[in-house]
Amino acid sequence: MSLVIRDVSKVFDGLQVLQGVNLKFGDKGIYCLMGPSGTGKTTFLRILMGLERADTGEIKGVEGKRFSAVFQEDRLCEAYTPLDNVMMTADRFVTKEAARGELCRILPEECVSRPVYTLSGGMKRRTAVCRALLAAYDILVMDEPFAGLDEETRGKVIGYVREKTEGKLVILSTHMEEDAAALGGMVVRL
Amino acid sequence: MKGNRGKFGRRLLAIGFWILVWQLGALYVDNHIILVGPWDTVLALGRLIPDGDFWRSVAYSFGKISLGFLSAFGAGVVLGGLGYRLAVVRDLLEPIMVLLKSIPVASFVILALIWAGSGNLSVLIAFIVVLPMIYVNTLAGLKSTDGKLLEMARVFRMPLARKVRYIFVPALLPYLKSGCRIALGMSWKSGVAAEVIGVPDHSVGEKLYMAKIYLNTGDVLAWTLVIILVSALFERAVLGILDRITPGGGGHESGDS
Repeated sequence: MSLVIRDVSKVFDGLQVLQGVNLKFGDKGIYCLMGPSGTGKTTFLRILMGLERADTGEIKGVEGKRFSAVFQEDRLCEAYTPLDNVMMTADRFVTKEAARGELCRILPEECVSRPVYTLSGGMKRRTAVCRALLAAYDILVMDEPFAGLDEETRGKVIGYVREKTEGKLVILSTHMEEDAAALGGMVVRL
Repeated sequence: MKGNRGKFGRRLLAIGFWILVWQLGALYVDNHIILVGPWDTVLALGRLIPDGDFWRSVAYSFGKISLGFLSAFGAGVVLGGLGYRLAVVRDLLEPIMVLLKSIPVASFVILALIWAGSGNLSVLIAFIVVLPMIYVNTLAGLKSTDGKLLEMARVFRMPLARKVRYIFVPALLPYLKSGCRIALGMSWKSGVAAEVIGVPDHSVGEKLYMAKIYLNTGDVLAWTLVIILVSALFERAVLGILDRITPGGGGHESGDS
């Protein structure tokens, strides 16, 4: 097992968000964290990436690991183009042309060179997904990555994520059983 | 486009109205020592422009004041950046900046004359007036940086140079531009005021002072017009450069969607 979570708990303002979470993840594969809203999926992912500190428990196997992420919000630099956003975090082996080609697989070509603030919510989401996939990483964390996408685009993006994460460890949160099934991921209840 | 033309026309009309009021005021006062009209001011300017000494004075004051402004701009951005990163620098600089903002320019001018003479007076005064404005705006701009973008940069291990270019600079520029708009005008007002007090040779301030001594109100107003024009051109140039480096032409800042 590459990643072991033992007895992780977190309280925010007196509210128990996570209580005694115990999970194990392998070296590779897509793990879909499922659970209704408010069950602490985002908090768990943030603790995993080191953005929050757990009140109790420990996480083994993240030392020295590189993370890439699709956050709950898109977190794009809005004045820059999708191509700029991808290139600013991309693996050093990714060329601008390669990045453009990847973006064009999930975005209309004319959007790739437009400032992000002119794009729709769904286009921004796809840009955020592409940015995460083209970064150098050992663990990819995705928080509701398909939120706001229509059914057709969702299918296309899921297929793209599946293809690009072959042989990698992906930990993803979603409400939707269909997404987990389409990704061929292992469902983890939180 | 039509709206812009209408706005421009209304602005021209307003300017024309006040020039007319000025001319009527001058006719009413009918005393060239107390007030000369716009036409006499233009005539005085026409007399000054062909003289080589006019251009020498404009170049001298422009060089000194813009040097003061640009060095204060650089120092303000660097100190603001240090203040953002290190609380100890921020705490250390705060009383100095408050002091610089509150001490009257005239006191600085007299002290600067005692310490450094009149040669670089306008450089020093423009520097002192501009520094706190740029520092405060740099600090405010950096503090306004989106924490979520910084978190994103942390997760993706973005190098500092990219963080500066893509996250800090877009957050900083609107504050810096707004600071510059005020600081540019202030640097000229205080720089020339310092020259009038210190009377350095071949400066615009010296020419204003001499015009005052000879009660030549036409020349005073003509030089004032020159100061307004040069200051406006300098402002256009600096803001134009800042607009050019603003991503997306300054239409939008980085942030969350």
